[in-house]
Amino acid sequence: MNERDMRGLIADVKLGKLSRRAFVRRMVAVGLTAPLAAQMLMHSGVAMAQSKSTYKPTKAGGGGALKVLWWQGPTLLNPHFAVGTKDQDGSRVFYEPLAGWDADGNLKPVLAAEVPSFENGGVAKDGLSVTWKLKKGVTWHDGKPFTADDCVFNWQYASDPATAAVTIATYKDVEVVKVDDHTIKVLFSKPTPFWADAFVGTRGMMIPKHVFESYKGATSRDAPANLAPVGTGPYLFTEFKPGDLVAGKLNPNYHEENRPYFDTFEMKGGGDAVSAARAVLQTGEYDFAWNMQVEDAILKRLEEGGKGKAVITAGGNIEFIGVNNTDPWTEVDGERSSLKTTHPSLSDPAVRGALNLLVDRQAVQDHIYGRTGVATANFLNNPERFRSTKTKFEFNIDKAIKMLDDAGWKPGADGIREKNGVKLKYVYQTSVNAPRQKTQAIVKQACQKAGIDIEIKAVTASVFFSSDVANPDTYTKFYTDIQMYTTTMSQPDPALFMNQYVSWEVSTKDNKWQGRNITRWRSDEYDKLYRQAEGELDPVKRAAMFVRMNELAIEGVAVIPVVYRPTVAAVSSKLNAPLSGWDNNTWSLQDWYRDA
Amino acid sequence: MSQYLLRRLLIVIPSLIGISLVLFVLLALAPGDPFGELAQNPAVPPEVRAALREKFGLDDPIMVRYFRWLLAMLQGDWGFSFVSRMDVDTLILQRLPVTLIVIGASQVLALVVALPVGVYAAMRPYSLFDQVATTTAFIGFSLPTFFTGLLFILVFSIHLDWLPFVYQTNVSGTGLAFVWEHIRQAIMPVVVLGLFQGGVLTRFVRSAVLDVVRLDYVTTARAKGLRERIVILKHIVRNALIPVVTLIALQMPIVFGGAVVTEQIFRIPGIGSLLIASILANDTPVIMAVTFVTACLVILFNLIADLLYGWLDPRISYR
Repeated sequence: MNERDMRGLIADVKLGKLSRRAFVRRMVAVGLTAPLAAQMLMHSGVAMAQSKSTYKPTKAGGGGALKVLWWQGPTLLNPHFAVGTKDQDGSRVFYEPLAGWDADGNLKPVLAAEVPSFENGGVAKDGLSVTWKLKKGVTWHDGKPFTADDCVFNWQYASDPATAAVTIATYKDVEVVKVDDHTIKVLFSKPTPFWADAFVGTRGMMIPKHVFESYKGATSRDAPANLAPVGTGPYLFTEFKPGDLVAGKLNPNYHEENRPYFDTFEMKGGGDAVSAARAVLQTGEYDFAWNMQVEDAILKRLEEGGKGKAVITAGGNIEFIGVNNTDPWTEVDGERSSLKTTHPSLSDPAVRGALNLLVDRQAVQDHIYGRTGVATANFLNNPERFRSTKTKFEFNIDKAIKMLDDAGWKPGADGIREKNGVKLKYVYQTSVNAPRQKTQAIVKQACQKAGIDIEIKAVTASVFFSSDVANPDTYTKFYTDIQMYTTTMSQPDPALFMNQYVSWEVSTKDNKWQGRNITRWRSDEYDKLYRQAEGELDPVKRAAMFVRMNELAIEGVAVIPVVYRPTVAAVSSKLNAPLSGWDNNTWSLQDWYRDA
Repeated sequence: MSQYLLRRLLIVIPSLIGISLVLFVLLALAPGDPFGELAQNPAVPPEVRAALREKFGLDDPIMVRYFRWLLAMLQGDWGFSFVSRMDVDTLILQRLPVTLIVIGASQVLALVVALPVGVYAAMRPYSLFDQVATTTAFIGFSLPTFFTGLLFILVFSIHLDWLPFVYQTNVSGTGLAFVWEHIRQAIMPVVVLGLFQGGVLTRFVRSAVLDVVRLDYVTTARAKGLRERIVILKHIVRNALIPVVTLIALQMPIVFGGAVVTEQIFRIPGIGSLLIASILANDTPVIMAVTFVTACLVILFNLIADLLYGWLDPRISYR
């Protein structure tokens, strides 16, 4: 799909021949994010859809208690320190951003009066600034008014390196200016195509200036409000026990009318995913449970109780196999998988192509993940297919065998193919996790038939995903031939996701293996495109570049995508809870209600 | 006696230092990084992690960190949690009441059941009562708590729908309803743990009593015409209690340390679940505090057990 195809599709949306949602879905299928797709539409003059509110209650309160289960409970409640999604979800109960992302990638104003656009003059044509109008009449939980000063303070707080906020990347390169009490201007140092990052979504939650003012920088950890939030959200803070409980009660001064519906809110932590699913789907003790990493067969059985259902939200997480481009078995200057080496057999495109054909994605979906892992179309080998809704990915042992034969890899005496003394023997590593080990077995079996010997290796997750420089088994070191894990694309802008194939991000000893390019795959064309995309203001052109980059990475078999991993939540059948794969689970908590 | 106590207390100091050193070094050498999760998030630059590591002093040599920790501990400062950004003692105190109530209740239940059953069974060995008691005890301690726990949940929560299986600390309601709600949710975990502990203890009491019951002085006591009640309580049980006291004393620190598996199953926010969550998150200060306090309690209760021996059997003297 190139720029012209995209423009054609956008024209279809304009004419009403293609629905917004179908367009967004198609863009997601070629590796873009829903927020970016929505931005493309907006830029082309198709107004951002205001997600239709399905909220029915006609007064605030009266809903009783809302009880939700997070089997890993939040451990802290300051959004600028939120380490994982659990902490962000917990913080979002009390703190709110200017706008959030809905499931289709539309921006929904929360503390902003409206979403900035070209039409209303919010987004500057030169891409150097964006102006936000703040909602008036919003008060913090302690009664003080929410103003532009609070926004400016959040920028100062997060961008101060001494604060050590995890949101620093969002705020450090921008400047925030107060225009008047209810208007702020975000200035970028260079033209920035994706402007909706600061003050938006997971990284945009705002803390009050008057409470945190004296705890900026080095003293940030001493702020009492780190553990007792004062926000603008639908629920007032009542109790917090790290890892166990986050409790709140209705905020009578909430800034959206008739909201929230529930009188109290309770987020219970601990336990495991299966019993959490049970508490919602089978006994109905709870209304909602987060992140159901449960086998689909079990979920289906629990759903038979009729008390609730598993709600699947599409996001950008993908389980994939990374193919090493460097030689993991030769040590150069104190590191294996060094850039100074090339892999003896995996550097051959035929071998990579054959491997790609030997991953039976459909079997992985059918027998392992079910609804919770959808086989990803091998989209980038064949982009035209996206014109149709039926996408195919190929699993073909015979074709793989032919490919290897043609390339001169002939079976040796032991049945393993070899060429010039190099054998097709690979170590395939991943973290210890039942579905992953089953996937490994499926791939190993197919490879064996094609004459490729696979040795399976499973590393404890706490080691595999650690950044321990001394440990050879971490995924960033990649001291094996191929490895598999899930990479998350929860950021609304794909730029952060796509930097994992640029040459300056290669993970090496020099950067303590903190580089994002773990497969060590490099391409000049890719680098050039990425640089161009960084300054490209036309979102359609930019999207086309991302799609091309994706194609380059897949054509070069830098990675072999296996399944998409949508997020799964267990939701009581009476509860209405709008979820979004591009924002926190609790992003629209104010809209949650229970059918009578 | 006081000299003995003083000597014992003096021995405690080097052993505690040794224990803390081993714990600390082990944790420092273990793989993992409290801020490792940040490394996987592309939106968080590596500098943030570096800044955090520096802020929490993780980049200093192990020995420097150890002595800093030791000095702080001596001054009553238990440290600062990396993950929750709060003082470790607050974190532990938040969880202590629930742990004491649930684990304490299960220990009491185990004792209340095991002592009379064990003694009665030993007085009538191989009777029907003994057979039943022994078999039940055997089942009790053979089944792991994660199995009985899940079994109880399936039967009492899911099929019968009598009891909740998620333990809540913020039970609503007042007065009797409040107490009843607390009891209702504590029944299953207390019984699961009590059954396990009680099983072990019953077997122990039974064999200890069985050893004593055949001794000559018991026969003498009976021959003197003492009432059976007095023979059992004064002559048999008191003498049989010495090994039992050791076992109970050594189990007391568990009341503080919590029961990791059971707490996980029933979502009890006790110290055991805090410990396991901290281990998974590499939250070293919390792991250190919990394990070190448990070690202190083990040593303390050992001492108490030793002192109790003297009270139970005056022939044991302290030199």
